[in-house]
Amino acid sequence: MNPDPLSFIFLDAAIINNFVLAAFLGICPFLGVSAKLKTAVPMGFAVIFVMTVAAVCTYAVNQLLVYLDVPYLRIIAYIAVIASTVQLVEMVIKKFSETLFRALGIFLPLITTNCAIMGMALFATAREYGFMQTVVYGVGAGVGFMLALVLMAGLREQLELSDVPSVARGAALTLLIAGILSMAFMGFAGLGS
Amino acid sequence: MSAEASKQTPSMDTFLKGLWRQNPVFIFLLGMCPVLAVTNTVINSLAMGIATTFVLFMSTFIVSCIRKIVPKEVRIPTFIVIIATFVTMVEYAIQAISLELYDNLGAFIALIVVNCLIMGRAEAFASKNSLGRTMLDALGMGVGFTFALLCLGVVREILGSGTFMGIELFGEHFQPWAIMILPPGAFLVLAGWLLVFAWWAERQQRRQAAVEEEAVT
Repeated sequence: MNPDPLSFIFLDAAIINNFVLAAFLGICPFLGVSAKLKTAVPMGFAVIFVMTVAAVCTYAVNQLLVYLDVPYLRIIAYIAVIASTVQLVEMVIKKFSETLFRALGIFLPLITTNCAIMGMALFATAREYGFMQTVVYGVGAGVGFMLALVLMAGLREQLELSDVPSVARGAALTLLIAGILSMAFMGFAGLGS
Repeated sequence: MSAEASKQTPSMDTFLKGLWRQNPVFIFLLGMCPVLAVTNTVINSLAMGIATTFVLFMSTFIVSCIRKIVPKEVRIPTFIVIIATFVTMVEYAIQAISLELYDNLGAFIALIVVNCLIMGRAEAFASKNSLGRTMLDALGMGVGFTFALLCLGVVREILGSGTFMGIELFGEHFQPWAIMILPPGAFLVLAGWLLVFAWWAERQQRRQAAVEEEAVT
């Protein structure tokens, strides 16, 4: 059992060790979906939601794996659980809110291969978090992902209008901005310790 | 190049395209998480590259073998289970070979399972092509991925700690550029490489245009 208080776990996942900018998890959707704020915000919410559900599920699965003493099945079990969680979430959202389902549409299936979810589950296991700690860690990680995504989308929308040298246009510029954002987030290092 | 003719027989091009023209990292920006996360030293980059290549090769090999007996509806879960099996093998193998390396790479060995490069090749190539072509493609992509990791790893280790594979390069007066081995350095070095390649491509284009213009006049 890990003694960290819940508030610290949340801050640690969301800001101090931001999942995208400090731990390099979920880079693909971060680069892919950050072109427009209009898509970045629903994607952020979808990730927070899936993260929370996946945190609960993987915690339960890990308890089962420990009980059965089969740690070598962890990767297979986690990826199966995350993939089915995403499927489940997709079905539930479709049932309850057609509008939300249409807004999230293509992003939901993409979350399965978002390494931030898998990373969150593995880190939570490695740090031996309890149930509440795992859930808070999942929510914090989702919030951190959304924070980075929305910041980036806002910056990229502004850049659309600016005059950029043709060599730097596209991925190179996005990565440069990500580097600067990452430097800014390094300022939070040491917070809470 | 005619796409139809090259679809049937394995050729050198299937292998070579992954190295440069369709490089998974520099051209397609696939599998970025390990590229940024573990490239703070050359050794880590090389180990990650080899581990990913192994998983990529073995899982696309199996996918290509069973591509005709797996029903379309369940192919994605099947691929995931195959990939996860090889990732588990690699994880235990690295732990057995070097505990230090295992600690350095951390969760990113297990995260090979969600590397979109592997899923992408399994889905887009191995499930549609013959065994020979799949093997060449996987090797090419794997080597291209390792090459990209090394590009970052070499720059970051030399600038960030003044060493190459742990060997001191500059003597004691060298002030290491610490930001390079920290997270921002990864983004900046990759952006730098992309800028160099974009500049190179643009120059090639300009030269070709100049040559063509000369030919016309």
